[in-house]
Amino acid sequence: MSEMVIKIENLYKQYRLGVLSHRTLYKDVQSWWAKARGKEDPNQTVDHVTLKKIEQTENGRFWALNDISLDVRQGEVLGIIGRNGAGKSTLLKILSRVTTPTKGQIKIKGRIASLLEVGTGFHPELTGRENVYLNGAIMGMTKSEISRKFDEIVDFSGISEFIGTPVKRYSSGMYVRLAFAVAAHLEPEILVVDEVLAVGDIDFQKKCLGKMKDVAEGGRTVLFVSHNMDAINKLCAKAILLSSGEIMERGNTNEVVKNYLKMEFKEDALYEQGEDKNKAINLRKITLLDSARKINAKLDYNKNFYVVIEYEVHQIVKGCYIWFTLKTLDDNIVFQTLDYDLNPSFIVERQCGYYNSEVEIPAKWLNAGQYKISFGITSYHIRYNYDRIDALSFKIIDNNDYLLAEAANRAGFLRPELLWRTKKL
Amino acid sequence: MQAESIEKENWTTILKPKTGWFDINLNELWQYRDLIFLFVRRDFVSIYKQTILGPIWFIIQPLLTTIMFTVVFGKIANIPTDGLPPMLFYMAGTVAWTYFSESLNKTSNTFTANASIFGKVYFPRLAIPISIVISNLFTFIIQFVFFLCFMLFFYLKGAEFHPNKWVLLTPVLLLVMAMLGLGMGIIISSMTTKYRDLRFAVGFGVQLWMYGTPVVYPLSEVPEKWKFLFAINPMSSIIETFRYAFLGKGAVNIDYLAISGITTIILLVIGIVLFSKIEKNFMDTV
Repeated sequence: MSEMVIKIENLYKQYRLGVLSHRTLYKDVQSWWAKARGKEDPNQTVDHVTLKKIEQTENGRFWALNDISLDVRQGEVLGIIGRNGAGKSTLLKILSRVTTPTKGQIKIKGRIASLLEVGTGFHPELTGRENVYLNGAIMGMTKSEISRKFDEIVDFSGISEFIGTPVKRYSSGMYVRLAFAVAAHLEPEILVVDEVLAVGDIDFQKKCLGKMKDVAEGGRTVLFVSHNMDAINKLCAKAILLSSGEIMERGNTNEVVKNYLKMEFKEDALYEQGEDKNKAINLRKITLLDSARKINAKLDYNKNFYVVIEYEVHQIVKGCYIWFTLKTLDDNIVFQTLDYDLNPSFIVERQCGYYNSEVEIPAKWLNAGQYKISFGITSYHIRYNYDRIDALSFKIIDNNDYLLAEAANRAGFLRPELLWRTKKL
Repeated sequence: MQAESIEKENWTTILKPKTGWFDINLNELWQYRDLIFLFVRRDFVSIYKQTILGPIWFIIQPLLTTIMFTVVFGKIANIPTDGLPPMLFYMAGTVAWTYFSESLNKTSNTFTANASIFGKVYFPRLAIPISIVISNLFTFIIQFVFFLCFMLFFYLKGAEFHPNKWVLLTPVLLLVMAMLGLGMGIIISSMTTKYRDLRFAVGFGVQLWMYGTPVVYPLSEVPEKWKFLFAINPMSSIIETFRYAFLGKGAVNIDYLAISGITTIILLVIGIVLFSKIEKNFMDTV
């Protein structure tokens, strides 16, 4: 078995929420003075979003990493997956020494270089050559090391004719190429990569993947964080799955990725909640109905469907609205809609009673794929905000026969059927 | 078991929670000396390239300040200049003071100005303020040569002043100013990570400090009962010595110089300790 190069031992990282310093000396003194006189702190924020988060955690702190232990051996290419906020970035930040752990430690053998973001420290006024040196040095190379690899770097970037031009005249593609070329030639014992593959054209991406493979085959260790499951599958033999700051699973990439996607997506067309008389307004039930008005989370692209929200008003509420947000699986918002858009009277006052709102989503509109819906009730008069993030999730399925595969798998959130008025002239 | 203990000895880096106040790694800074050099080069080249007049600015600045001081403090307020030509008197003070104040001003926002780069890669954070102090040295040299030209001009016109052996102390004075500017700058930059408004106080504070230092007046004009204040102010003996060395008027007080040196070292040590403490978790509070 090869040598161990990274040993993470019971690593914890705590962040504080909402109770950070006021940032100006004046306000700190003001708060202190108010407290000293036994008055209320004038700078206390009554922001409900943060308050809610604070309630969920102990004393407004939360653990971004919660007892992580991990050994990585030399030559291993380890994928790290997990949803946003699972702790991936925090882990990488600690590894690349941007921040320190709260508890526990990481032992590292060899030089570690991170591609958290390529092109760090590029100065627009300097030429490509000068930036290669500067960027290389920022990443920890010495001048002689850079000189030795300079030709190779320029070759790899493929922009040798512009190397004497200030980078402010570069196109964004050229910029990224040069930046990645420097990073790729760092030759660290451990390489930490975070989503760099999202840049550049396809040719260049292939080149980058190839370079990463070379790095791995050369016996060095790579930690690769990505939301691109395809890339993870291709590059990494092993993967770990992070969730809420803990390692949920470690194993062969195929299986970890499969489990991740399964865990991430549970189709759910029904959300229910008991009656709560203490609340002025109480969300009771949310359902997805297909065109035949049956509860269903697998919906046909060719047919319309309904989002039905049931809620109960126990006390007359003012300035209140119900909303929902439709998102893709990777948290891109497709749209948000509010119930008072076409019923302005709702915002003024809502009488007691049981309500049922039905929103129709038209047929042939949402693209095939997986979606999530978040619901909420917001009232700015009584400062009440209640929401259920990702309460429902569903799939749009397109069973149409398309002549071309491209037509079946087209990009975008929407797939509207639009009229093309085409005439032969 | 045995294999594990051998492995343990080979770890190159151990990342741990921030420990005590004296967790400072100056060795590492030395390993990154190429980076400091490249930062200096970057600063210099980018200033040079961005302006039409380029390095001419470095000369215009002290020249205009000198003229302004000559008019306001010399002609209008009639503050004596120890019998020296006013232009030379003010320029000597301005050139030396500018080096210090620029170093202080620019290092004092190290963390906030470099937050984006600090958030992505690790390198010893001290590399930035140190490179600033060094690049300012180049500006100083240009202004200093300009000052020497001025001296030559006044000499040919027959003005009376006497450069002397204290000139040899100039590098030491520069070093103390660099260390003081760096020390104060990093203390302030460490504190601005928490209190952003401190940043606004810096420019004003440095201005006040200048008037508390014999830049626009000679120390000989200061009443005896206030002189102790100038012993505490590390900059005042430096400016006085600088002026005495090149123009031959003023006073060199070895005791004051020694106090100034010691104060500087203390401030620098405090600065480095604070800075090293802040740099570790600074990204969490941005």
